[in-house]
Amino acid sequence: MSSEQKPMQYSDVNDDIVRSLVVTGRKYYITLAIAVTVMVTCFYFPWFYQLYYGIGAAGMNNPTVWGTYLASFIFWIGLSHSGTLLSCVLHITNSEWRKAMYRSAEAMTLFSLLVAVTMVMVHLGRPWFIHWAAPYPNQMELWPNFRSPLLFDVIAITTYLTGSLIFIYMGSIPDFAAVRDRTSGWRYHLYVLLSLGWRGTDTEWHRLGWAYTFLAVLIIPLAVSVHSIVSWDFAMSIVPGLHQTIFAPYFVVGAIYSGTAGIVTVMFVLRKYMNFEHFITKIHFDNLGKLLLLLSLLWSYINILELFTAWYGGTSTEYEQLRYKLTGYYSPLYWEMILFCAVAPLLLISKKIRTSFVPMLILSIVINIGMYTERFLIIATTLSRQYLPESWRLYTPSMVEISILVGSLAMFITLFLLFVKIFPSVSIYEVKETMPKPQKKNGDRSW
Amino acid sequence: MSFMDRFVSGWRKHRQAATDDDFDYAWTMSIDLDRCTGCGACVTACQAENNIPLVGEKELAGGREMQWIRIERYWEGEYPNAKLSFIPMMCQHCDSAPCETVCPVSATYHNQDGLNTQIYNRCIGTRSCAVYCPYEVRFFNYYDHHWPAPLDQQLNPDVTVREKGVMEKCTFCIQRIRQAKDHAKDEGRRVADGEVQPACVQTCPSEALVFGDRKDPNSNVSKSINDPRAYHVLGELNTRPSVVYLKKVDADVV
Repeated sequence: MSSEQKPMQYSDVNDDIVRSLVVTGRKYYITLAIAVTVMVTCFYFPWFYQLYYGIGAAGMNNPTVWGTYLASFIFWIGLSHSGTLLSCVLHITNSEWRKAMYRSAEAMTLFSLLVAVTMVMVHLGRPWFIHWAAPYPNQMELWPNFRSPLLFDVIAITTYLTGSLIFIYMGSIPDFAAVRDRTSGWRYHLYVLLSLGWRGTDTEWHRLGWAYTFLAVLIIPLAVSVHSIVSWDFAMSIVPGLHQTIFAPYFVVGAIYSGTAGIVTVMFVLRKYMNFEHFITKIHFDNLGKLLLLLSLLWSYINILELFTAWYGGTSTEYEQLRYKLTGYYSPLYWEMILFCAVAPLLLISKKIRTSFVPMLILSIVINIGMYTERFLIIATTLSRQYLPESWRLYTPSMVEISILVGSLAMFITLFLLFVKIFPSVSIYEVKETMPKPQKKNGDRSW
Repeated sequence: MSFMDRFVSGWRKHRQAATDDDFDYAWTMSIDLDRCTGCGACVTACQAENNIPLVGEKELAGGREMQWIRIERYWEGEYPNAKLSFIPMMCQHCDSAPCETVCPVSATYHNQDGLNTQIYNRCIGTRSCAVYCPYEVRFFNYYDHHWPAPLDQQLNPDVTVREKGVMEKCTFCIQRIRQAKDHAKDEGRRVADGEVQPACVQTCPSEALVFGDRKDPNSNVSKSINDPRAYHVLGELNTRPSVVYLKKVDADVV
């Protein structure tokens, strides 16, 4: 690796990262064009069709009134989970290896949250009235229903979105200033605005450090509560298979699990296509691999608990739900999920796999496919088998739903592609902290 | 009373709005399954009274039928010894309704008659109420439904026609209840027993369905819900339904 050949200097960091913003190759434009095209054709056209035609464009039916839209919503919220959360935890525990990856991880949080909110809009029957779910004063004195877990969700997600946005923005201010001093034209004016007149004085650094740690501490419980509340959308019902106290920790673990896998994917891509080999190294993959292994074990543990309590409870509805999940119509998907999320990640026990890039990429994608399946199954298996057997009915997603799923992925990629050209996607100032201090030519370290 | 006490009691009242409140009327229906022949007249009457669209063959097969009341059929055994039992199923107007707690915009709530009502104008279509309902009696408008001429001329002017994206369900024919209450109020009295009947009750040829006010101890429905055969469907869920079923325990099944 080139980083071992020649020691990096402070100026190299600035050069490398400003280059990633300013120098744009043909490959980037082609990728962006493909992503935007897929987003428009696979997401927006089907969605407009659905708005005009009604939710009937999707495959949902009477007992299974929720479908892949909501599964995608949980999936994207879950993916959002690791970014800011992991960044906060690692910041508080002073982990050096966090510094090269946290910016892109936090961006992942932000964009997956945006996609998740869009999925709610797609899911609603009348999305043009979504503002009614927000508590705002009005002349009708109509308020939302404060008992509703869905309302908790609205509040939790908007808080988390705001918190993550402030966190990523505040951490980037010194970098905006660094970029401001090296760019010209419209970029210069943009970064002048974004850097809020940052000069790099001691007071400024001190205040930034204080505020950053404060926010980091604030966001950790927030992130845990968000996915607990998302799980309550399901667990607060009396539907067999959903009505379980384990759901909140189950969703939180699942969210961090799929989010960490998402970070691995994003880091691989950044490393490969943005030439960040100096910053994102084997150490990062090794550490994230260990974390993934731990999370996969936790996830498997909760899954076993879920099965056991359902079996031990022994009520006819829970029992039928269990039987249906393990051997029914959707069972191939269930076993696929177990293979992808519980069995395959056991490979991470070997250091060789954790430190090799392509196997890590494959594993991270496999885990996220499995996690999407999990979210789909939570909805599909339970809602299609509820109390009254007369209304049992299968649900299969329609073409519109599958297309919107693909389109939402393209939307995420589009947002990320725009991000890497506007935000310094690796933190300039924190990477410098991990490097040897600059020296005078004679090796004198005393500046 | 300390702030905390007020908060706790206020939240309890808000959380279970219907459970502790005293309503003007407590509309109740009893369904005598030993009398029900499963003819389906109630289903048709409901369809006509409440402007319920006919979704067509394809949508019916896809599971998107609109039937505020349906006859559930359960077969037991194989052909020569087959046994059919059926049960009319509609919104149970639960006093502790799971659907009411989950709606983020309070589009479904308990009104002063103890009815579980649906405000079509307020509904944003999260469909969470249908998920939370254990009786599967909430129906979502997957499309804008149209009545080909001249069928549009027979729509009931007292009932809203629902647009795509909103949830709907049995209302106990609230338009008839409102009319009877207005009439009674003009004459300065309470609604008399038998004065108001939902379309299904009015139509039932075997008089299996009885509707009335549970607060009036002499009403027909009060007598029939005190029958020893009375039970609630899924009573173990403690939703406190307003629909009571009467059925003699079948020795073959138990």
